[in-house]
Amino acid sequence: MTQKSGVIYQGFPSEEELSKIPGVPSKDRIQKGPVACIECVQEIPCNPCEEACPYGAITVGKPITNLPALDEDKCIGCGTCIAACPGLAIFLLNISGEKAEVSFPFEYYPLPNKGDEVDCVDRKGSVVVKGKVLRIIKSPKYDATAVITVEVPVQYMNIVRSIKRLGRSE
Amino acid sequence: MKTTDIAVIGAGPAGLSCAVEAAKAGAKVTVLDENLKPGGQLFKQIHKFFGSREHRAGTRGFRIGRQLLEETEKLGVEVLLDAAVYGIYEDRLIAFITDGKDHTLKAEKIVMATGASENALAFPGCTLPGVMGAGAAQTMINVNRVLPGQKIAMVGSGNVGLIVSYQLMQAGADVVALIEAAPKIGGYGVHASKIRRAGVPIYISTTIKEVAGKEKVEEVITVELDEKWQQVKGTEKQFDADTVCLAVGLSPLTELAWMAGCEFTFIPALGGHVPIHNRNMETTLKGIYVAGDITGVEEASSAMEEGRLAGVACAESLGYYDEEQALELKNQIWDRLDALRTGPFGEGRFTAKLKQISARRQLA
Repeated sequence: MTQKSGVIYQGFPSEEELSKIPGVPSKDRIQKGPVACIECVQEIPCNPCEEACPYGAITVGKPITNLPALDEDKCIGCGTCIAACPGLAIFLLNISGEKAEVSFPFEYYPLPNKGDEVDCVDRKGSVVVKGKVLRIIKSPKYDATAVITVEVPVQYMNIVRSIKRLGRSE
Repeated sequence: MKTTDIAVIGAGPAGLSCAVEAAKAGAKVTVLDENLKPGGQLFKQIHKFFGSREHRAGTRGFRIGRQLLEETEKLGVEVLLDAAVYGIYEDRLIAFITDGKDHTLKAEKIVMATGASENALAFPGCTLPGVMGAGAAQTMINVNRVLPGQKIAMVGSGNVGLIVSYQLMQAGADVVALIEAAPKIGGYGVHASKIRRAGVPIYISTTIKEVAGKEKVEEVITVELDEKWQQVKGTEKQFDADTVCLAVGLSPLTELAWMAGCEFTFIPALGGHVPIHNRNMETTLKGIYVAGDITGVEEASSAMEEGRLAGVACAESLGYYDEEQALELKNQIWDRLDALRTGPFGEGRFTAKLKQISARRQLA
């Protein structure tokens, strides 16, 4: 059977779906510094991201099923929205030369350590490249959702969205 | 005989929200639940909830449960646990068993918030140990801290199947496959994306052909389905698994409502036969209300809103609110309920609830 693409068939948004939504920043904006990337492609009743942004850069409005719209000029790339999204669908992208930083929510134990080389995965969980863990933020405000930042080669910025779960040693 | 203003049957999200709302208005509320602990399914919901701030979106379900319990305590709501209600008789007389003994409770108003139960699925091998409801697996990991197995096959891609798959991985298991008979994923894409990123393959238009194993689940054979939902020979896949979780829908727990004599309507989108109710959540029997999954399967956020609605309506009819106060509160709750029932995932439920309520008008 040929696999149809799209979130309702494959379980992750296709490039085409991502290109049409108001939460994904433009290429120009990404070049200018860290920015949120909201990969929310379905109209579900949810808006904590709107309230979480201290800069008013995310708008859902009414009805609550509107897709979150990113005002990329207001977004400073603070990353507060990442852990606020119940769908774990917000990422932070930042280009620095040949490297890119991708920040994502992570809710599995054990957590990696800063400096670790880890297997970075794409939206369908395939390991695509090694990356270095730059930061792990565990704020009480994030309520047990860790926000991890990995550094990957810049061409993987739009591909890497998490890391492979680490094994448990028991 | 023990008496109360409002008896709420079921201490889940709908029942507790109802109790809090009615007690706030000044009513004497007694909640009965057959379980040893209150909270219904809320305490195993370790994920952050969707919705708006009013629905406490972004807060993990078990924390919402704790807040509700604190509020019931503060407001002096009586919560009777290990209290299995087995009958509702004339003049709102409730019979229940606690500690092996019979008791009765006479209430001015009754709210049935009994929830729903998981559907089963029949296939060769479905009686093998290791085949269980996804909700059961969720209770094991999140309440009892017991991992049902290491290699899980999940059946059903609704939000329950997607979320429980995620939580099983958080608990340390691997989900070897998630299969869905329909040609598309049923639950929220963001939940599906979480488990895809974690490496779970999702197979749509696929069902279980057989589960095999000597004394417990050892392997799962899946098979693809064509447009007519018929198995396609030669498309079988084999997975090593020790656990099969079934997340194939829920059915409202309506026995008490049938017994009490409530009139029903059949709405597949809500889980089958559901008691007819009006915009106050009152059934076709005066003084008997329903809230939450018993009225049609939705989710915790809408169950809590329906509970509040029933709570306000009961308090109003007992004179704790005047008409104007009650109307304002009810309108606010309806606005929030309507918001939860919008968008491609909510519209079907919105229409179904309208149908359920208009069934009441037709009877009246």
